[in-house]
Amino acid sequence: MTGTLDAVRAQHLLREMLRIRRFEEKCAELYSAGKIRGFLHLYIGEEAVAAGAMQALAADDAVVATYREHGHALARGIPAEALMAEMFGKQEGCSRGRGGSMHVFDAATRFYGGNAIVGGGLPIAVGLALADAYLGRQRVTACFFGDGATAEGEFHESMNLAALWRLPVLFLCENNLYAMGTRIERALSQTDLTAKARTYGMPAECVDGMDVLAVERAARQAADAVRGGGGPFFLECRTYRFRAHSMFDAELYRDKAEVEDWKKRDPIALLRTTLEAAAIVDEAAAARLDGEVQREIARAVEFADAGSWEPVEQLTRDVYTPAAEKAHGFAAS
Amino acid sequence: MASPPADRVTYREAVREAIREALLRDPRVFLMGEDVGRYGGAYAVSKGLLAEFGPERIRDTPLSESTFVGAGIGAALGGTRPIVEVMTVNFSLLALDQIVNNAATIRHMSGGGFSVPLVIRMATGAGRQLAAQHAHSLEGWFAHVPGLRIVTPATIEDARGMLWTALENPDPVLIFEHQALYNLEGELPAGAGAVDIDRAAVRRPGRDVTLVTYGGTLVKTLAAAETLAGENIHAEVIDLRTLRPLDMDTVLASVRKTRRVVVVDEGWRSGSLAGEILARIAESAFYDLDAPVRRVCSAEVPIPYPKHLEDAALPQPAAVVEAVRALVPAGAAA
Ligand SMILES: Cc1ncc(C[n+]2csc(CCOP(=O)(O)OP(=O)(O)O)c2C)c(N)n1
Repeated sequence: MTGTLDAVRAQHLLREMLRIRRFEEKCAELYSAGKIRGFLHLYIGEEAVAAGAMQALAADDAVVATYREHGHALARGIPAEALMAEMFGKQEGCSRGRGGSMHVFDAATRFYGGNAIVGGGLPIAVGLALADAYLGRQRVTACFFGDGATAEGEFHESMNLAALWRLPVLFLCENNLYAMGTRIERALSQTDLTAKARTYGMPAECVDGMDVLAVERAARQAADAVRGGGGPFFLECRTYRFRAHSMFDAELYRDKAEVEDWKKRDPIALLRTTLEAAAIVDEAAAARLDGEVQREIARAVEFADAGSWEPVEQLTRDVYTPAAEKAHGFAAS
Repeated sequence: MASPPADRVTYREAVREAIREALLRDPRVFLMGEDVGRYGGAYAVSKGLLAEFGPERIRDTPLSESTFVGAGIGAALGGTRPIVEVMTVNFSLLALDQIVNNAATIRHMSGGGFSVPLVIRMATGAGRQLAAQHAHSLEGWFAHVPGLRIVTPATIEDARGMLWTALENPDPVLIFEHQALYNLEGELPAGAGAVDIDRAAVRRPGRDVTLVTYGGTLVKTLAAAETLAGENIHAEVIDLRTLRPLDMDTVLASVRKTRRVVVVDEGWRSGSLAGEILARIAESAFYDLDAPVRRVCSAEVPIPYPKHLEDAALPQPAAVVEAVRALVPAGAAA
């Protein structure tokens, strides 16, 4: 793969994965310190999927994600400051602090959640794509979900409808082999998810989700096919989470040895090895990059810390649209 | 026989005309649901629209309630104005996740970043011997959920006018059409159009007792009021029109005038919207009351199939009359 390696792009991917890794390591720390509460689902180990796939999207494409979405949010371009403030629940957060870790939203980057209902985002992605098709826009909606979601009825309904109406959805399945503590073989009669998707009559491929360059390449091809009017595309990314499902998980369901085995395929280390072999990044450059990323995350924490709590008097805002906003933009003339 | 005057229409025709108008006025509007196209709608509401507007705008969906309702949410977020038809409220339970966890919450969870300008229409209610899985009145459940607006057209004019107002609303609006009303006939004033969906309406003025109702029970409540008038008891009939948010000002003003109240609600009594309305009256107008509050609700039973049992399960005019008689002492209404 080094033959065609674009140095600038590869370094960008390294940076993006590092940003996610350091952001989340910091979140784990802040969780223990009580700054972040609620459910916290870390993405560590899976960075190559978000970082690679996001390269295939244009600014006006849409993203729908799950509750394990910090990586998607950062890779999509939501500033680390706004994201960290959201984790804290501060009103400077990208969802004004109302959503927290599991409900990251951002209009500027067309990031439509952050959904804590397994499978809940799939129909919404289908609808966003339907709106694009209806309004004649050449846009793609990328929809991230886990292997666990493929057991939900909404997965099947959404595959069927997207394929039936040939809607521009890029389904990005993050197969990390586990749904909480349930391994895929114990939950699914058909564990070959790519084969399953093909039965809906859509093109489907499987890629090594630990190899960010491979994910990027596959995602670009898939997104191009979608953009070209080919209907939905299903891309399965085989990956693994190195951490527990959430901060409450004692991880009694899998062997430490299995986790250690997968860590040998750490996507960040893998890319670094490739880049070092190609003499694109050396030890010093990597350390410099890490330093920059760490400073970005530190600034995000400072920003979140300095943020403010929304006054309780505003408790019921944003349940309905205020009258002033109703007046413009919505009514058709 | 002379044909009926042009402005006499059925409730069904009024809804259809409202959908037609919306499709004509705004190219972003489309209708989506099971059998809305070729079949013409389970209740024949969308009959003819496919021929007029084509399959892009009158979209038949697979039997996938959760996904086509969720797709409506996504399409609304994406800048279109979908009208999603769910055949009946019973089937909307398969889409409850999308309605409650997404449509109702996205504005709040996104800190006002995204609104969901979605309209969902569904048939509700009993009265046609369709048995328990096609006849429940669950609009009160949806009225429990902040973030949704629940409207219940009970008249030809509201059937014609509420849709456009709902489409102009930036938040999700659920329209409940009582299936027993589709054949209701009435006058539609020439040029009838959008109506407000914020206020309850006084459908019949009166001085002795306030009857609060909505949707399919309005006709029955008006019939009860007519019977009572024959006994010189003058009931004021309030049609709530919107179940969330509730217009309690109109209700309280009437209760303060008549000093007695009966709520008529096709929902089951336990946990009903009727209970909520009576609680609010007790909170705000307790000392204005001259008699205990009352309600006429459905019997606590899944709606049965045999006609006599279905009738017995539902609020009927006779039960309303009886409830009122118990409140208004003989001679009080003289
Ligand atoms: C509808 C629903 N059921 C159950 C849960 C509880 N839950 C949260 S995450 C999860 C596992 C999901 O696994 P998967 O889709 O593979 O995603 P991953 O966590 O592996 O990224 C479960 C069961 C939920 N949030 N929503």
